[in-house]
Amino acid sequence: MTTALAVRDLHVHLGQSHVLQGISFDVPTGGVTALLGRNGVGKTTTLRALMGLVPRSRGEVSLGGADVTRLPTHTVVRRGVGYVPEDRDVFAGLTVEENLRLAERDADPRYELVYDLFPELRQRAAQRAGTLSGGQQQMVAIARALLNENQVLLVDEPTKGLAPLLVTEVAAALGRAAELTTVLLVEQNLPVVQRLARDVVVLDAGQVVHAGPAAELLADPDHVRRLLGVHGGAH
Amino acid sequence: MSTFVLLTITGLGLGAMYFLVASGLSLIYGLMGVLNFAHGALITVGAYAAWWFGEQIGGGYGTRLLVGGALGMVAGAIVAALIELVFIRPLYRRPIEQVLVTVGLALAIGALVQGIWGHDPKPILLPDWMFDTTTILGANVPNDRFVEIGIAAAVLVGLVAFLRYTRFGLVIRAGVENRGMVTALGIDVRRAFTIVFALGGALAALAGVLSGVYFSSIDPARGTSLLIFAFIVVVIGGFGSIGGTAVAAVAVGLIQQYANYWASAGTGDLAVVLLLAAVLLVRPGGLAPKVAH
Repeated sequence: MTTALAVRDLHVHLGQSHVLQGISFDVPTGGVTALLGRNGVGKTTTLRALMGLVPRSRGEVSLGGADVTRLPTHTVVRRGVGYVPEDRDVFAGLTVEENLRLAERDADPRYELVYDLFPELRQRAAQRAGTLSGGQQQMVAIARALLNENQVLLVDEPTKGLAPLLVTEVAAALGRAAELTTVLLVEQNLPVVQRLARDVVVLDAGQVVHAGPAAELLADPDHVRRLLGVHGGAH
Repeated sequence: MSTFVLLTITGLGLGAMYFLVASGLSLIYGLMGVLNFAHGALITVGAYAAWWFGEQIGGGYGTRLLVGGALGMVAGAIVAALIELVFIRPLYRRPIEQVLVTVGLALAIGALVQGIWGHDPKPILLPDWMFDTTTILGANVPNDRFVEIGIAAAVLVGLVAFLRYTRFGLVIRAGVENRGMVTALGIDVRRAFTIVFALGGALAALAGVLSGVYFSSIDPARGTSLLIFAFIVVVIGGFGSIGGTAVAAVAVGLIQQYANYWASAGTGDLAVVLLLAAVLLVRPGGLAPKVAH
């Protein structure tokens, strides 16, 4: 199995805090790899560091075998990395259509795909993104990332704060995205992880404490509780 | 009535200059978070470059003003782009150093202009029709006021169209909201920084040219005095908002004129500061905060 994304000895300091303390892991090509861990262990910082949005103190990141560690964020993205941030970060003053147009990188952006996944966005194309519900904003955020072909999609807590029905819809969209590209998913919702993820990487206190098949971890509730501090698993 | 009309049109002319200076300042701060104290120096650069080129070109006063003014705008844009590339770009994420550098540049450019052309005002020669007046509701309004107002209105329409209908405008509007996310969509936002700086420089230079028309002279301190009011306009209008800046510029220009005439000479500046305080108390983010529309 080839590796889409490889992280080696990645360190990040934010102020006085040593948030990532030399994490290393591989994201295999295709499917979903879930990045798990308790609150505040560095999951979001990991994604932001991979994007180059926070300064990396040390370490290497390679994308499809090519070193992208020292590239600026926009170049990393142009090499084929899509990003769905934790807080959605849609441009509130722009319309839905403008949010999508801004994200166009490829000569042939995949509007058919995103409107097929989220038909509501077509109807709301002229509506300002700031007036959308949280779930609709999440659709815009995911649609922006899916508009272009990517080697890897980094998705940060896409179901956070969503109603159960929307969680199902977003999970279905991510499942479809995973058929097209590799997804590295930060997610607290274990049923979503169980449904989507083939592999998991677990962080604790800025270090990788577990990596392996998702089914293996989720089948062991004691292990899940120990690593994540929650009850879960494949019941 | 005629006094009111004259004061209103004169106030609009003054507001037009404030708008030209403040719109660039507002976009630069809104997009890049840079408080550009060197912006006033760009007014001076534009005014003196227009005057100097006009002198070299010769010909009629109208030709001098038109061609000199265009070249003054080009000079303002080039100097602004150089400031961004050479001095500001290495200092992103270091706002204190940025402020110190732009203050230093403002002093240095002002001193340079004064060193070359002296501190005495240079008269600006205008076509006769600009000195003529047009009678509106009994008020004899100098024609140059209409030129200033017309140019500012055209710039406002052009800026709004640029921001709304071009890809680059879309990038700027999004960047004003969330610069990091624009980068995370694969867009090199640094190019937008340079272009916005150059655009701001060209508009500041245009304000310098029009200030020469308004006051019939230019001097090295003009940029600094206009910059102070432009900053007030930006704060009242909301950083990053072109519409808010336009409304605030008109309000500041009018209030200054009305207060100076009906209260007493010199109270115009005080009235503007009181307006600023009132807006900050009621709407701390300004009239239209953080949206480049």
